[in-house]
Amino acid sequence: MQLRRQIIDKLNGFWMITTLVTILILPLVICIGLYIKAAPIFEQHSFLELVFTSKWEPSRGTFGFWPFIAGSLYVTLLSFLFTAPVCLLAALYLTQFAPRALIRIMHPVIDVLAGLPSVIYGVWGILVIVPFVSALSVPLSGSPSSGYSVLAGGIVLAVMVIPYTLNMLIEVFNTVPSGLKEASLSLGATMWESVKHVVIRGNYPGIISAYGLGIAKAFGETIAVMMVVGNVVKASGNPFNAAYPLPALIANNYGEMLSIPMYDSALMFAAFLLLIIILVINLFFRLLIHKTKRL
Amino acid sequence: MRRYKMLEEKFFIRLSALFTYSLIAVLAFIIVVIFYKGFAALNWDMVLKTPKGGYYYGGEGGVLNAITGSLYIAIGATLIAVLIGMPAALYLNVQLIRYRRTQNTIRYFLDALWGIPSIVYGAFGFTLMLFFGMNASLLAGIITVALLISPIMVRTFDEVLCTIPKGLHEASLALGSTRTETAFRVMFKQGFPGFITAILLSFGRGIGDAASVLFTAGYTDNIPVTLDEPAATLPLAIFFQLGSPIPEVRDRAFAASIILTIIILSISLGARLLSKRFSKTNLK
Repeated sequence: MQLRRQIIDKLNGFWMITTLVTILILPLVICIGLYIKAAPIFEQHSFLELVFTSKWEPSRGTFGFWPFIAGSLYVTLLSFLFTAPVCLLAALYLTQFAPRALIRIMHPVIDVLAGLPSVIYGVWGILVIVPFVSALSVPLSGSPSSGYSVLAGGIVLAVMVIPYTLNMLIEVFNTVPSGLKEASLSLGATMWESVKHVVIRGNYPGIISAYGLGIAKAFGETIAVMMVVGNVVKASGNPFNAAYPLPALIANNYGEMLSIPMYDSALMFAAFLLLIIILVINLFFRLLIHKTKRL
Repeated sequence: MRRYKMLEEKFFIRLSALFTYSLIAVLAFIIVVIFYKGFAALNWDMVLKTPKGGYYYGGEGGVLNAITGSLYIAIGATLIAVLIGMPAALYLNVQLIRYRRTQNTIRYFLDALWGIPSIVYGAFGFTLMLFFGMNASLLAGIITVALLISPIMVRTFDEVLCTIPKGLHEASLALGSTRTETAFRVMFKQGFPGFITAILLSFGRGIGDAASVLFTAGYTDNIPVTLDEPAATLPLAIFFQLGSPIPEVRDRAFAASIILTIIILSISLGARLLSKRFSKTNLK
């Protein structure tokens, strides 16, 4: 009886640690897998050439990823501009000023916003944001636009990323010891002043990390952006024009990737690049957050 | 000066309140738009029938193939993810409880894993599929989605286990039970309501994710019977129908969006209710 329990314990311990290790080496396996598939393209082009040239002619074997990377960066930047102030102020309100009842309502709201599938955001973007941007384009930029544009992508993406960043900011602000704020209040500061100087200033690393992780999330988002951003390979500065972000490139061309030589390697290189960029951003900002939390 | 301070405070509190309430408004707006637009095209045929011939040119039928396909993939993936995720999370909280540093490092890596975009999992699933010589199929879709949701599941299980008082764990060990018994009879039981929530939420993610199954699950008008048949999913059905030039087909995409939204909303609300109900019997 005793022996049986111990054998079960040993076997089970083995099973448990196997699963944990499996999950932890998963990103490494993904990295290697994608790299092997992308390797043929490195024999013909150098890494820098692939990333920084902008000529995209798969049928002739020319792969310049810059328009896609630029498109991704542009859409992500726009969405960041929209989310940053909203998330910061909403997180402050929810952690510092809001009545208890509101917090109880906001929890499910944030959860549902975070849980809605991206395709639903895409549908919403097509129904609401695209016509809206199209209507704005003539008065704001002078030339008409179909609405399928960087701006539309940025807005839809902003709404998708808000719950994510907001959640993280709330977590960061909740770690502020209330004694600090009370001390500042008792010295005669107004409520807002103590929030500004104690809660915000003391948490710069946390706030920046929350934004950084939001940006990483936005950078990798595929379907919703692809549905509203227009998908035209052309880098231009006008937010009312279409763009072609990196994830959309991968998703859009899977059908033909096996028929053109090197095309599949190029697309797997895109996925590899996306993974590396996001993993690096994530590891960096997560480290920052973990460090702050331990204090 | 004093007046200025008060004004500043008032302004920022009002502004932040406005932003907060506007989030509720945005959510309501999205849901209302989805329901308003799709309601006209929604009927029982949509839910109960597979596409008939010429569906994508305005023919008869519905999206039952996509609904069942999504459910199959999400259920299969959730089962695999639980099998991988549950022991991993228990190990992290039972065996490693004395090694805080290791625990924190693992949590850090899991958190970073959470951010990998689903299109990357999709691409990886595709390479894996080619490597094993499989076709786009239900099984490939299940594996890809399982990879996508496992890290999320471990981390949410872990969060649940963290809230269990340490004394309980110590008491169980002190009474002479092995670590396995502590893990499954004490920790698992205490964490059960939280686990249900975590499982349901991952399940919701599995249903809603489009990018990861784009390459791996394929697409078909039939309901898959075996694991090596391709399967349609609801997000992809919406996506493909929206690309159609025929207005009637696009209306169906909006109707399918309602179905997907209802599924996700009920999972989200269900998770909340269930976890409240089960947590009544727990020690605090």
